[in-house]
Amino acid sequence: MTVTKASTQVRSGSPQLRRISFNPREGGIYVAFALIVVLFTVLTHGVLLEPQNISNIIVQNSYILILAMGMMLVIIAGHIDLSVGSVVAVCGALCAVLTVNMGMPWLPALLITLVAGAAIGAWQGYWVAYFGIPAFIVTLAGMLAFRALTLTVLGNQGIGPFPSSLRTLSNGFTDGYLGNIGLGPLGGADLISVLAGVAGVLAIVVLQWQRRKARLGYLQQVDPFGVFALKVGGASVVVLAVVVQLARFRNIPWVLVLLTVLVLGYSLLANRSVFGRHIYAIGGNRQAAELSGVKVKSVTFWIFVNMGVLAALAGVIFAGRLNQAGPTAGNSFELDAIAAAFIGGAAVQGGVGKVVGAITGGLIMAVINNGMSLIGAPSERVMLVKGLVLLAAVVYDIWTKRRAGA
Amino acid sequence: MTILRMRDITKTFPGVKALEDVHLDVRRGEIHAICGENGAGKSTLMKVLSGVYPHGSYSGSIEFDGAECAFSSIRDSERRGIVIIHQELALCPQLSIAENIFLGNELSSGGLIDWNRTNHAAAELLRRVGLDELPVTPVNELGVGKQQLVEIAKALSKSVRLLILDEPTAALNDSDSEHLLGLLRQLREQGVTCVIISHKLNEIMAVADSITILRDGRTVADFPTTEATEGRIISAMVGRDLSDRFPPHVPTVGAEVLRIEDWTVHSPTQTGRVVVDHANLVLHRGEIVGLAGLMGAGRTELAMSVFGRTYGKDISGRVVKDGKEVRLRSVRDAIANGIAYVTEDRKRYGLNLIDDIKRNISSAGLGQLSSRGWVNENEEHQVATKYQRQMNIKAPSVRSITGKLSGGNQQKVVLSKWILTDPDVLILDEPTRGIDVGAKYEIYTIINRLADEGKAILVISSELPELLGLCDRIYALSRGRITGEVDRAEASQERLMQYMTKESA
Repeated sequence: MTVTKASTQVRSGSPQLRRISFNPREGGIYVAFALIVVLFTVLTHGVLLEPQNISNIIVQNSYILILAMGMMLVIIAGHIDLSVGSVVAVCGALCAVLTVNMGMPWLPALLITLVAGAAIGAWQGYWVAYFGIPAFIVTLAGMLAFRALTLTVLGNQGIGPFPSSLRTLSNGFTDGYLGNIGLGPLGGADLISVLAGVAGVLAIVVLQWQRRKARLGYLQQVDPFGVFALKVGGASVVVLAVVVQLARFRNIPWVLVLLTVLVLGYSLLANRSVFGRHIYAIGGNRQAAELSGVKVKSVTFWIFVNMGVLAALAGVIFAGRLNQAGPTAGNSFELDAIAAAFIGGAAVQGGVGKVVGAITGGLIMAVINNGMSLIGAPSERVMLVKGLVLLAAVVYDIWTKRRAGA
Repeated sequence: MTILRMRDITKTFPGVKALEDVHLDVRRGEIHAICGENGAGKSTLMKVLSGVYPHGSYSGSIEFDGAECAFSSIRDSERRGIVIIHQELALCPQLSIAENIFLGNELSSGGLIDWNRTNHAAAELLRRVGLDELPVTPVNELGVGKQQLVEIAKALSKSVRLLILDEPTAALNDSDSEHLLGLLRQLREQGVTCVIISHKLNEIMAVADSITILRDGRTVADFPTTEATEGRIISAMVGRDLSDRFPPHVPTVGAEVLRIEDWTVHSPTQTGRVVVDHANLVLHRGEIVGLAGLMGAGRTELAMSVFGRTYGKDISGRVVKDGKEVRLRSVRDAIANGIAYVTEDRKRYGLNLIDDIKRNISSAGLGQLSSRGWVNENEEHQVATKYQRQMNIKAPSVRSITGKLSGGNQQKVVLSKWILTDPDVLILDEPTRGIDVGAKYEIYTIINRLADEGKAILVISSELPELLGLCDRIYALSRGRITGEVDRAEASQERLMQYMTKESA
């Protein structure tokens, strides 16, 4: 390590370089994602990355990605939530009753649904956190109970159609407020989307640069400038490419805006907040956390409340996408969300995982789903591949851990 | 007539010589006691004997009943009639007495368990050990004393010839202990040889025929009980020189910081058992105070019950901090009142082993590194780096995972974590357990420095030399009672050991 002594050179500005490090345990998932995208791009002769297809992947998987973020926090804390699929259903049904049957405007209906999700989460969190009942049992019971509640509310039929305002959230796109611009050989693209993409890239560059500067100010080790530039540049190119493709189709889906906000918010919560730190502490060593003054019960409770809110949100979006709240909505969503979290680097015994990892895990499954159906693979084969990928991800996690001797 | 002859037993673990040329001779039909301080090698020796450490993992010879033995597992030694009963009982709580007795050894015919024969044989064994319970009673309905008897019945079912008991009375009350010792005498009449590991000298004097004493992994003395006195046993157990293993320190003792009055704690699992009994102690600024006690004396329980009631129930008594009574209902209360507790088992209770150094250091004092619930990671990194330098934590960076550090460096991380909370009182439970000699010296230096900064320090340790070398004043704890208090000048291992083995105050 090229560590220079800290005391002497506070302002000299000579950076402390870190050797280019790659953590196979955390980094493996992004490499795997890139490889899978490349693989299916080749197999589908580029259809995978076409504007409409990218848009579809995002819209069709938004609710799983939302669930995966909450599930990641639950799993980091060392628990599991099997009920999210049923909560999606019951909250979708509630929202339908409020808006379709009772004619409530979309915003209060959405808020009431989210509060209902929070209440469901609080119910489950209470038993897990304060009563010490394993989350597996509590949420398995919830899975049955909330499905039953859905059926009670809906009977055997769906409620729909939803008012267009709610459908916009799940299916809608930003309007071309400023018209199109020509992108040469790529044809026309929505100007506002492209501008948003450029703004996003600028934000990435500025924020990362500020972060690097702050770290250097504190005399921490940072990546060499070349590596830093490569990472930021790479991220910028990916963001810009996705946005441009979307701008060439029907502009940015509203649900992508929502997802972006959620990913940033939850990443910040997990990495930077005291609450987030406590989640990792509990998952890493519950007793040590308790003896360090972490309110283990309260943190556990709020993790489940949060999961309930996200499940409610996913429920509204899913119902809005189908334009109907159905009795079978959300079936097996919990499994997809759990799989996304584990593929995304969560550890079986808790304490490890990142929100971005859960999103990547969810996207890996989304791309496999989408890519395989594009090449005409039957659904049973898709399922088989997804199962094997999940197993491989956890095997890889345990293998790298064992090799590291941790 | 010798039934067991162990010769030149040497057993090493990576970096530690646990046993060195130990010898042990046990005569047929006697009760043989093995004494020694915590960590003297008693349990290791018994694990060698019973095949827990298989032949080949140690050197030396074991001769049992006239034949050379090379056990490769517990099953091997049990087949020869050597049965060990560990301090932590190994019963399945939900199974019945009879099922436990014959576990792994089921009475069956044609692959099916013969329950009539099982329960009948169990009843017979229960009668032999004097336990008046039905064989079908689940074990978790019995107290520890009776569970101990079930263990002995289980041993008898294996036609035991040499019964080894590791601290059998540590968790028992007086009448249960009395019954157990009576049973051992009775078994002796029936020709069962017993080896008993015990800290309780009065029991040993009462029941044993001869005594072997281990110290630092060596046999230092063996004599028949008729030639023994408690004083002779104690001086053999502790006779060790205190060379310069401790950094010099001149204490500057200031005002009183913490006073614990009339502190009584009950066991959370065994109803009615008093773990800490009307304890009183006082700590001053700049003072390093020791808390001595044998295994099971209630040292950790005392510390944890004060530290935000993390142990025990029906706690009564007063905690006075800086002259004011405080109520510490949770760890947060304790931290807020300037009390820190460094746990005995740092891997289980002290560290998040899968996380890095910096996040472990910040985990108890995160409030100081955050505002409005958001952590300032740069500040955190800087503070962690400062402690890494100050404490000399040997790791490439503060981003290194704590699970990969050596014991000494892990302990420095835990100490840093608690120093960050800026406590007035630091309770250190076995601060140098499992740490090599060099790192111990570093830890002692840190402890001295903390005392010089004006913190009051309470050190709990099983190693008497450590307490004598480090502390300005030492309390002795025996069966939950403070049985003595000695100043550095008057302290000696013999004196402490007398207090620690005192049965009642």
